Amino acid sequence: MKKILALLGVIICGISFSGCGGNTAQKNEVYVYTWGDYLDQKTLEMFEQETGIHVVLDTFDTNESMYPRVSEGAVHYDVICPSDYMIQKMIDNDLLQPLDFSKLPEAKKNIGEQFFKQSQSFDPENKYSVPYAWGTVGIMYNSKKVDDPVDSWNILWNEKYKDRILMQDSPRDAFMIPLKLMGKSLNETDKAQLEIAKEMLIRQKPLVQAYVIDEVKDKMISGEADLGVIFSGEALLISLANPDLKFSIPKEGTNFWIDSWVVAKDAQNVENAHKFIDFMCRPDIAVINFNALGYPTPNMAVRDLVEDDEYKNSPVAFPDPSTYENQETYKYLGNEMDAYYNRLWMQVKVD
Amino acid sequence: MFRSIGLRNLFLVPFCVWAGIFIFVPVVFIIYYGLTDTAGNFTWDNISMILRREYYSSLRLSVLLALVTTIVCLLLAYPLCLILVERAKSSGAIIILLFVLPLWMNTLLSTMAWQTIFEHDGILNQVLRIFSLPDLTLINTPTAVVIGMIYNYLPYMVLPLYVTLSKIDKSIFEAAKDLGASAWQTFWKVTLPLSLPGAISGITMVFIPALTTFAISALLGGSKLLLIGNVIEQEFTVEYDWHLGSALSSVLMIFIIVYMVLTFAFEQSHQEED
Repeated sequence: MKKILALLGVIICGISFSGCGGNTAQKNEVYVYTWGDYLDQKTLEMFEQETGIHVVLDTFDTNESMYPRVSEGAVHYDVICPSDYMIQKMIDNDLLQPLDFSKLPEAKKNIGEQFFKQSQSFDPENKYSVPYAWGTVGIMYNSKKVDDPVDSWNILWNEKYKDRILMQDSPRDAFMIPLKLMGKSLNETDKAQLEIAKEMLIRQKPLVQAYVIDEVKDKMISGEADLGVIFSGEALLISLANPDLKFSIPKEGTNFWIDSWVVAKDAQNVENAHKFIDFMCRPDIAVINFNALGYPTPNMAVRDLVEDDEYKNSPVAFPDPSTYENQETYKYLGNEMDAYYNRLWMQVKVD
Repeated sequence: MFRSIGLRNLFLVPFCVWAGIFIFVPVVFIIYYGLTDTAGNFTWDNISMILRREYYSSLRLSVLLALVTTIVCLLLAYPLCLILVERAKSSGAIIILLFVLPLWMNTLLSTMAWQTIFEHDGILNQVLRIFSLPDLTLINTPTAVVIGMIYNYLPYMVLPLYVTLSKIDKSIFEAAKDLGASAWQTFWKVTLPLSLPGAISGITMVFIPALTTFAISALLGGSKLLLIGNVIEQEFTVEYDWHLGSALSSVLMIFIIVYMVLTFAFEQSHQEED
């Protein structure tokens, strides 16, 4: 009996080890880890054709689910595309390597200076990241149902719209709103201020229809809700699907978020990673991705190449610089503060 | 059944390996994570978090909703099974098949269907409007979550009950009738005690998944209701705190173990009575 068990154990171990063996570092490949639906498949094929480098693409749906996979080294990714505060967390935890900008001529040429400047809030010396997409957070509203002006976060506390309001289901995005209404920073760490923000969210809860992430698109388009907190990139596609829906950035300010390309510390194809990032910054490639994605791009050369007028003249896709000047970007607040935000958010939800 | 002990043991091997790898080892890991901090030192901190208001209230809500679901399932399933057993075997089996049919469909899919029924402009409200009745706001309420759970778990109550009830020897009922028992007495003294084992396994099969669900409450509760399953899921996926997530899972396991010990003790005492 024991012998059989031992034998089975050996067989199982053997199978599992042979599966992980045979490293692929020598092959001409690049491992890319990015948000779902964030790249047009066509651009990957073009990259493979031009360079002969095979792209292995994996996707994630939240920064938080990406982080452990990279930090545990489950797979050695070369290029990753996280958001601002997460890039800072990865720099702090020594998971990224500095980029060699001499190998990134297209990035230097095409990515707007202001986006590198804004990136300094999470990558102070602009050493680690190349912006790929950016946006703001605002309110999407149904202009047929909402007759008050939508220019302030205050409208999300208006009793008139009870049960017609959608909020984002994530601690930082949820707290950003009351903090901005209070005139505070969205990177607030003063616990007394956060407590006030929490009370505001609890007061708002009876008016909220649901706390959502991706569902916000469907619910806004179908008319299930009249006001929704939403990322500007999605706003463009939604307003094309339902013209009654308009997007507004409240006057109190909002989050200016940036998703950027970074190279992992333990990347095995550093050279290819740089080639990939630079390729994505080429205007002819960036425009394909822009058309597929609809998110605002930091690539200054793209607008001239966009053919669809609806996109080209959309203030959501190509906003006036005044809409995002002086806006704040999320910073990584440290593990302890992260946990504190999470805890407060949970208190809002169980109340 | 097996004449040689060696042969019998050989057939046990797959199960032992399975139980070892997929039941024993994971449970050990969960308990280990639950009782350690990030540095790997022993601590009660994670377990004691359950006493914090936010965790405690989500656990209380979960137990409450699971209890309501179980009771409603039992009340719906018992009379149904009694009627089915009395009918001819064939038609009863068809109706049981109809009951099991929803299980063929993915839980997520059927729960999303409920979402479209309960929405503000959903099917339910559209039907109500046809009859000029006022709208019902069910989506994102505890009621919606309970209805979703009843729909998903009712078959697990019906099946064991039906099997147990249909196995009761018909001559026992005849004997009860011969000896002058009224219909009510027959039910109370004969049917009910004999069907208890089925009811208990039905209750177990409904109560435990209802207690731990996170998908149904996320879809029908609009994330406004936090059940303990949602909290645990968040600890693992969003907050990446495996220690706290494991500790909360362990607390939940304790609840389930206590429940199982109670039902076991109840069954034992019941058998002794017989």
